[in-house]
Amino acid sequence: MLFYLLKRVGLAVVIVVVAVVLLYSMIHVVPGDPASVILGPRATPEMKQELHKLMGLDRPFVVQVVSFLGKVARGDLGMDFFSQRPVAEIVFKQLDETLVLVLASITWAMLLGIPLGCYSAVFRNTFSDKLVGVFSIGVIAVPSFVVALYSLLFFAVTLQWLPAIGAGESGQLLDQARHLILPAFAIGLGWVGYIARLVRASMLEVLNENHIRRARAFGLPETTIVFHYALKLAILPTVTLLGTGIGRLISSAVFAEIVFARPGIGKLIFDSVVSRNYPLVMGAVVVSTVLFVLSTTISDSINAMLDPRVRERL
Amino acid sequence: MTQPVLDISNLCVNYQTPKGTVQALRHIHLQVPPAKVVGLVGESGCGKSTLISAVIRLMAENAHVAAGKIRFMGLDMQGFSASELRGIRGRDISMVFQDPMTALNPVLTIGRQMVDIQYRDGLSRKKKRERAARMLERVGISDGLSRLDNYPHQFSGGMRQRITIAMALLVQPKLLIADEPTTALDATLEVQIIRLLKDLQTDFQCAILFISHHLNVIAELCDYVGVMYAGELVEKGTVRDIFHRPGHPYTRSLLECDPSVIEEPTRFLPTIPGDIPSLIDLPKGCIFQDRCAHVMTVCRKTPPPAVHLGDHHTAACHFLEE
Repeated sequence: MLFYLLKRVGLAVVIVVVAVVLLYSMIHVVPGDPASVILGPRATPEMKQELHKLMGLDRPFVVQVVSFLGKVARGDLGMDFFSQRPVAEIVFKQLDETLVLVLASITWAMLLGIPLGCYSAVFRNTFSDKLVGVFSIGVIAVPSFVVALYSLLFFAVTLQWLPAIGAGESGQLLDQARHLILPAFAIGLGWVGYIARLVRASMLEVLNENHIRRARAFGLPETTIVFHYALKLAILPTVTLLGTGIGRLISSAVFAEIVFARPGIGKLIFDSVVSRNYPLVMGAVVVSTVLFVLSTTISDSINAMLDPRVRERL
Repeated sequence: MTQPVLDISNLCVNYQTPKGTVQALRHIHLQVPPAKVVGLVGESGCGKSTLISAVIRLMAENAHVAAGKIRFMGLDMQGFSASELRGIRGRDISMVFQDPMTALNPVLTIGRQMVDIQYRDGLSRKKKRERAARMLERVGISDGLSRLDNYPHQFSGGMRQRITIAMALLVQPKLLIADEPTTALDATLEVQIIRLLKDLQTDFQCAILFISHHLNVIAELCDYVGVMYAGELVEKGTVRDIFHRPGHPYTRSLLECDPSVIEEPTRFLPTIPGDIPSLIDLPKGCIFQDRCAHVMTVCRKTPPPAVHLGDHHTAACHFLEE
């Protein structure tokens, strides 16, 4: 297991380096000089040249990439030229909010989706299985921003049970939790259906396998069979899905963040793209890339923990 | 005669399919005496596996027992509730399956799986592991205690089948059902596994219901043999009866088709011409009529009676006399 972890983390570092190099080159291939964007149309060539020097853009491309990578490794993501604050500081301030939101959404989706999927598989083709199926497809089909808008209207405006916008006073856990409920509900709802469907499908497959038949022939209790013998195998595709899912959510929680006016990485990227704030875009994208790779690495490691055959592959 | 461990009488099993009702088993009578090995032989699709699924009541969802009784140790299993059945499975009856590569859970150690099946015994985990390890060594896997921590994929096919046999015997069953346990293995391993089974059977004195389509294996291991064709038990008797005095034409053709009895070099392996009849639309009369070399008008009209040819020997054919 330790050997697997070392190899997997090594692979993750390579992926991050390649991704960062690609991102950096992409920004530079895109036409348009960052200096002219920052300084505006009335800048003189001398001013632009000065800024180029300041940003390190006058050096050869390879040198730029390597020095950027070196900075990233030290946690330095450059300076935001608009607010004159380090990009890392701005990004990491938003990161906590996003991570809390994403993890809360996925956690409740998992806690509901996995049992629903198991239930559907064990009682397959019954009325309640079909009901779960219709519910799952329904919530998958509704976009999360629609759920966000309507849940905001209903729970915050009509019923006034929960706060409508913001992330709550920092330091006040209860207030923050109350602010978390609606956005986490909006993001997680679709995932409940997704997870339930996936768990049901893989559970059905596993329950038909020979070793489950053998376990039944030995008279093992049904709960042992479902939760220990079958679920440990049936959960593997879901773990993989959640790995990429959480990674993607970090940047795509943006809808819910905008609707509920919460700070977050998604909203930060959105805002900085709108204001052409390239260093900030770059920094936020690099951080969310790293988080994406991190979350797939974690999910792969969980898979390896559950399945001995995975441990010996790679 | 002592009470049989397993007594199947007049068993009929149907499958409901979109095309109609498949009568997979029809009027099966079969007894397994204590501490004896009974073999069931027949082509693929003749109902061997349906029969054992019916015995342990782990049938496909579209299957149901249409008629007949299955008695285990004198008790009617039809009347058992789901939990009573579970009480029998893995304690009084255990199974060895056909494909050892898929018969073990790939994500649990074999130790875990061997300890779990002892869940009824009030022993400590350590004791259960020790028992499991001893049983592994008994089936020829050395260093049992440390191999308990291995996963199934770390064993070869033959080893895995030894493990499933160890598991089946660990619960000290009165009846062991072996569903083609050697079919997925190569010939040398097959011999080893059969010897092992024979050995263990002598030690543990359990009854075995052994399914195979290998006649040699049946002859080597069994005391009694049942020959199945298209859902019917066409002939049954002692190994000697079946192999030396076969009565039913199907048994005779089956024996002729065994490659190991061919003496002269030939370019063609003997086969039984024709196909198994449709089990949805059964022919009137004898089930073997279309493939039988001796077929007569009576065979197409009336089903053949079960003719007693000896103490334990019966065959269903119009041309046999008691």
